[in-house]
Amino acid sequence: MNVTSYVQDKHMTLVLSGEIDHHAARQVMAQITAKLDAYLPTELELDFGEVSFMDSSGIAVVIHTLRAMRELEGRLVLTNIPPQPLKVLQAAGIGRLTELTERSAV
Amino acid sequence: MNVENEVLLKFPSKSKNEGFARSAAAVFAAQLDPTMDELGDIKTAVSEAVTNCIVHAYPDSIGEITMKLRQLPDHVLEITVKDQGRGIEDVAKARQPLFTTGGEERSGMGFTIMESFMNELRVKSVPGRGTSVRMRKRIVSRGEALGHRAAD
Repeated sequence: MNVTSYVQDKHMTLVLSGEIDHHAARQVMAQITAKLDAYLPTELELDFGEVSFMDSSGIAVVIHTLRAMRELEGRLVLTNIPPQPLKVLQAAGIGRLTELTERSAV
Repeated sequence: MNVENEVLLKFPSKSKNEGFARSAAAVFAAQLDPTMDELGDIKTAVSEAVTNCIVHAYPDSIGEITMKLRQLPDHVLEITVKDQGRGIEDVAKARQPLFTTGGEERSGMGFTIMESFMNELRVKSVPGRGTSVRMRKRIVSRGEALGHRAAD
């Protein structure tokens, strides 16, 4: 699991890659929190394009991030989501809490 | 019942084995020629079941997890994940969406995902003795899926 960040003004993109499971979740959460604390963005994009697997641990990561962005009075969007993580996010109703966009077919 | 194939795996409740268990289940399931979607469903359900053992059955220790993979007649895949851990006091409550005793690192969606991604979920638990989760999924083989599409 890896997190790469791009920042422009107060817009931050975090590209997540690899597998998000319980084994990886704590580290992912810590990395996201560290980036938010350092840059205090008002808009955060979590890019799921390189996520090869995600289970319900990823839901906890998204909810945790959503809370953190609300504290910053900012916005969270999830982009580029491959089919498997998308199905998990939809099963949890995350689409009702924040904006989701699928990865377009290559 | 006529079991066409069966594999039994035993491993310690270390979180790095979550990835091992779901990959092993996917390799076994590949014999039934599943679609990518079905493989994703199977991996996700196994990941949830094994994570439950690690987080809830053995919260403060490393215990043994067994995973039995079976191929049943009519393209049915059966996966049983078992532990000898703490057990669940109230299974019906544990299965409810968003219910968790795992703190903010957990979402409480594990059983909901197992239930919706597989065709059948049976949970048996005895407090202090352990928990057994049996899941079944009928695999529509890729060939069959393509055949349906061609017939449309």
